[in-house]
Amino acid sequence: MSIDTAPTASATALDPTSGAATRRDILRRLLMTLGPILVALVIAGCILLAVGVDPLAYYGYVLEKGLFSPLGIQQTLTRMAPLLFLAAGLIVAFRAGMWNLGGDGQFLLGAVTAAASAPVLVQVMPGWLALICSFLIAMVVAMIWSLVPALLRAYQGVNEIITTLMMTFLGTSLANVLVKLVFRDPGTTVPQTRTLPVDERLPRLFDTTITSGLLLGLAAIIIVHLVMTRTAFGLKLRIVGANPRAAVHAGLGVPGLTIAVFAISAGLAGLAGAVDIIGVQGNVRADWNPAYGLAVIPAVFLARMNGFAAIGFVFLLSVLSIGGESAARRLGVPNHFTLVLVSIVLIVLALAEYVDHRYNQSRKA
Amino acid sequence: MTGLFSEVFLSALLFGAVTAAIPLLLAGLGEQMSEKAGVLNIGIEGMMLAGAYLGFVGSFYSGSLWLGFLTGAAGGVAVALIMALLCVRIGLNQIVIGIALTLGLEGLTALLHHFQFSRSYPRLPAADATVIPLLSDIPVIGPAFFKHHLIVYLAVALVFAMSYLYRRTQLGLNLQAAGDKPAALDVAGIDVVRTRTIAVLTTGALAGLGGAYLANVGAGLFIPFITNGAGFLGIVLAMLARGRPVWVLFGALLFGVCLSLTTAMQVAGINIPTDVIQMLPFLAVMIMLVLFGRRASLPAALGIPYERGAR
Repeated sequence: MSIDTAPTASATALDPTSGAATRRDILRRLLMTLGPILVALVIAGCILLAVGVDPLAYYGYVLEKGLFSPLGIQQTLTRMAPLLFLAAGLIVAFRAGMWNLGGDGQFLLGAVTAAASAPVLVQVMPGWLALICSFLIAMVVAMIWSLVPALLRAYQGVNEIITTLMMTFLGTSLANVLVKLVFRDPGTTVPQTRTLPVDERLPRLFDTTITSGLLLGLAAIIIVHLVMTRTAFGLKLRIVGANPRAAVHAGLGVPGLTIAVFAISAGLAGLAGAVDIIGVQGNVRADWNPAYGLAVIPAVFLARMNGFAAIGFVFLLSVLSIGGESAARRLGVPNHFTLVLVSIVLIVLALAEYVDHRYNQSRKA
Repeated sequence: MTGLFSEVFLSALLFGAVTAAIPLLLAGLGEQMSEKAGVLNIGIEGMMLAGAYLGFVGSFYSGSLWLGFLTGAAGGVAVALIMALLCVRIGLNQIVIGIALTLGLEGLTALLHHFQFSRSYPRLPAADATVIPLLSDIPVIGPAFFKHHLIVYLAVALVFAMSYLYRRTQLGLNLQAAGDKPAALDVAGIDVVRTRTIAVLTTGALAGLGGAYLANVGAGLFIPFITNGAGFLGIVLAMLARGRPVWVLFGALLFGVCLSLTTAMQVAGINIPTDVIQMLPFLAVMIMLVLFGRRASLPAALGIPYERGAR
């Protein structure tokens, strides 16, 4: 460190070396993320070799389509929108110690109600108002859907893993029933909801195909992160998560907070569904279930429920899923390989975190 | 409508219910053991898929159903081994690894199926039934419950074996302690990691067997995503049963009846989307929970990896 920068550094931070230390820390974190991904790619590559596909060609397509081609990166960023909302919802629930594993049901019901209401509403009110209304409807429906698990957990202590899992099975079926029987578009033979015209959907960003839902998603996850880390309300939720009994002794209204957590978490999952429909898909086909929730759950854990880290992991998931879809099409591998790739990446990242943790411990000791 | 309630129809419905219930029963019993020992095994869906795929492959190439059950169970154990290594031995997050394993096995089995069977979709011949004399002559109930493959009776017998294990044996007590107060078990000189590993591997074997039954006897073929959430149903059953194997059996039969009803309605040509009927078992359980929901008696250390000396 040169002499004339030292005083300014010590003026901004108490420890003059902290600037360099955090930089090294960031570098190490980056290395600890990219290294495992590389290892995971090698392992997955061996599987590709085993089934007779050239892994380099596959990864080439993944990178080209998911990251480097203009159209591909736009699709990747568009895919991020619903995933960010889901991740935001999970961060609230997990930080408050509640296992909301019902994200997919809440997502689908939000999607179906948004798909049902938006095409009707745009005919009777200005477009922007119609979209806001359908977002709200989707959010409220998802919130209501989470009410039973929330009440059971808050007042009866029934484990929410069971109830949310069951509600997600119920929700998936109910969404299908709604598409097939209630909201079915009479104009088509395929069971699906009425399609929202492209110019009525969420506007795209500038001259790209990226949905402005991306900005909404980013805003949602950053707000959630700030609320959870910087506000009294967030602190209360984290206390409930850390130790519910201590929270009761601290005078917190745990049942009320529990219901609030479920409502926020499910509401965000419902918004995820709405943003996917109103921004991208335009309608819901019967039996449509992208099951985003299942892949987002481990990603949120690996991000340690940190909103900014979760954005990174969601980006990674999107690159893999968009790039994987394209690579699979071009090389004649079924798209299912993406699942294998995501799974290996998750496991190796979890392992790397463990190794990192142990290394730090042994250095301290 | 008379056809709907004829004897033949009713016994076919119940027969289908038992067939649908067996994979759920095996998965539920397996998950129950993991949970008792303090491991929330969300990877069970992946274990069932591994079992279904390898079970089918084993039976298809050897021509023997029993060998298929064996390879299926081995497939479940192989996945469980990863889970035990990562979640029990070095204590990684059970939900992350469980979901990752489920996703990975979904993808891997679908991939292998694509390269191996997607052109021919081979089927296995119908499984031989072991007919129990006398009992099988009872009208309606006889053909429904006493004309199944031998493994069905073994699975039901396993329910009682499990009850005995949990109530009367040292291992059963150790399992319970590993989930309730692992530190106490450790102090008593029993290896917590080994106890939990035994539980997870047993779960893998049972889930794999359940998957193999689903593919070999239930469907007669393997298709991608064949388990279709059966593993998650197993988790629900295990949690609802509060540690009692007999309740897993009842729960599995309830879900089995509803699943069988779905098929029966289609056969009878009743014009309701199958989704409506698929909702029935979950609706029934949710109503039960709303009416009688009390604090679920889950093991205290469920989901928490054990580290000696950690507070």
